[in-house]
Amino acid sequence: MSTVVLLACTGLGLGALYFLVASGLSLVFGLMDVLNFAHGALLSVGAYAAWWAATDGHLGFWLAVAFGTVVGTAASVLLELVLIRPLYARPRDQILATVGVGLALPALLMGIWGSDARPFPQPAALSGTVDLLGATVPVNRFVLVAAALAVLLLLRLFLARTRYGLIVRAGVEDRAMVTALGIDVRRAFTLVFAIGGAAASLGGALAGLYFGSVNPSQGTGLLVFAFVVVVMGGTGSVTGAAVASVGVGLVQQFANYAAVPGLGAAGLGDLSVVVLLAVLLLVKPRGLTGRLA
Amino acid sequence: MGTSAPVLRLDGLGWSVRGVPIVQDVSFEVAEGEFVAFIGPNGAGKTSLFNLVSGIHPASHGTLHLDGADITALPVPARARRGIGRTFQTSSLWPGLTVAEHVRLAAQAAAGPGASYRIWRRADRYRQQVEQTLERTGLADRADDVAASLSHGGKRKLELAVLLVGEPRLILLDEPMAGVSAEEVPALVELIRSVHREQGRTVLMVEHHMDVLLGLADRLAVMHHGTLLALDSPDAVTADATVQGAYLGEAL
Repeated sequence: MSTVVLLACTGLGLGALYFLVASGLSLVFGLMDVLNFAHGALLSVGAYAAWWAATDGHLGFWLAVAFGTVVGTAASVLLELVLIRPLYARPRDQILATVGVGLALPALLMGIWGSDARPFPQPAALSGTVDLLGATVPVNRFVLVAAALAVLLLLRLFLARTRYGLIVRAGVEDRAMVTALGIDVRRAFTLVFAIGGAAASLGGALAGLYFGSVNPSQGTGLLVFAFVVVVMGGTGSVTGAAVASVGVGLVQQFANYAAVPGLGAAGLGDLSVVVLLAVLLLVKPRGLTGRLA
Repeated sequence: MGTSAPVLRLDGLGWSVRGVPIVQDVSFEVAEGEFVAFIGPNGAGKTSLFNLVSGIHPASHGTLHLDGADITALPVPARARRGIGRTFQTSSLWPGLTVAEHVRLAAQAAAGPGASYRIWRRADRYRQQVEQTLERTGLADRADDVAASLSHGGKRKLELAVLLVGEPRLILLDEPMAGVSAEEVPALVELIRSVHREQGRTVLMVEHHMDVLLGLADRLAVMHHGTLLALDSPDAVTADATVQGAYLGEAL
């Protein structure tokens, strides 16, 4: 029983991380049809900025996380304005450009700080464990879940209650018609990039807490699963991404635990995610949600 | 009519695709508050003409004036802001948004290019405007339903509501009865009539139901092979022998 609880909490923490990356990815793709392969690199930017602030910058943990989020958000806005915006009429070039940034940014981080994982300072308050139903669960799992829930709640409030949110929801369904009304949708694009970048870089900063260290390829590794989550949840759907994130995180953790010793540590977990994706797409080809929620 | 400046003026307007003329040398004026209906066989260029007026197609020849200003070179959003609103043959809504949200989005758009992005104002600032429009179009009881759940007639009403909230100078309706069930047609006709008569809107409409048009239109425009064959009062047009031959075929 205690093992099940521990695995569930770890899976939820991982799912929370996936959600932070996937929510922005999903909105960006849903609204703009932009496949942002640089989204994982934004996570790495957030992670390294937070790590730098917490070590060299001597900031406290929460300030470091805030700093990482701000830097990642700024990087995301810069990416949209400088590279994505001039290429809206050329989707293939756009994909190549984001792939390029997705490769270059981790390489840049590697060039400056090396390819080895850097230990992420763990604040005393969050490095302990909690006894839950007989299991000893690290506190940082709950930090991630709480952050993901907060982001989910804020995103839903933003989409449901604000004028920007209304434009984004309408734009996800039919962008041309929003333009036909006389609304400049490109301003919503920049905002959605900022939101996506903020969520991903917050995820990056908290990934340092979850994994205990940061390394240049962390973001790219998480991006693969974030794409799986986006496809499963339905593009443009924040709630769908949340449900799919939890599913992927849990399945991966439980499958890893059940892994046959000869198969390698992470093999079965990753494989089971692909199987889960395939089964879902067979049953519901359009993902969990057909529409934005 | 004739005393005040026309709301819309077309001078030799034409549109060609790879040298093939789709709309040729169309000239006419529409006065404030007038209702002009466009008839003609399929492929006569009615929708293409609407696309030229709303800006979807760039004119190959001629000019287009709205309230005396040359709008020939303006793109769609700019013409929308100047007061040209239109509906399409196929339903053009956001299926997952509620009825009220559709009208609110249109109200935001109508408030000006920057209004949608002023983040510090509450989203429900337009509530009153939205309520009035929904009341006017008979959609008040469906305000919180998603557009996908409406009947064809309800969707057409919602398209009109989206148009009307922007207080357009000129309304283009492209086959507003298309796909609407027979029992929903009278209510829709009544709505269009009230938009024209009670609110004094200037309306251009493409429609195949002649019986509907004869009660609504001030003038009938007959299109044939991309040209304007006749533009006159419904009585004069239906009596015209050329028109009979070209389109109406059998007697009305």
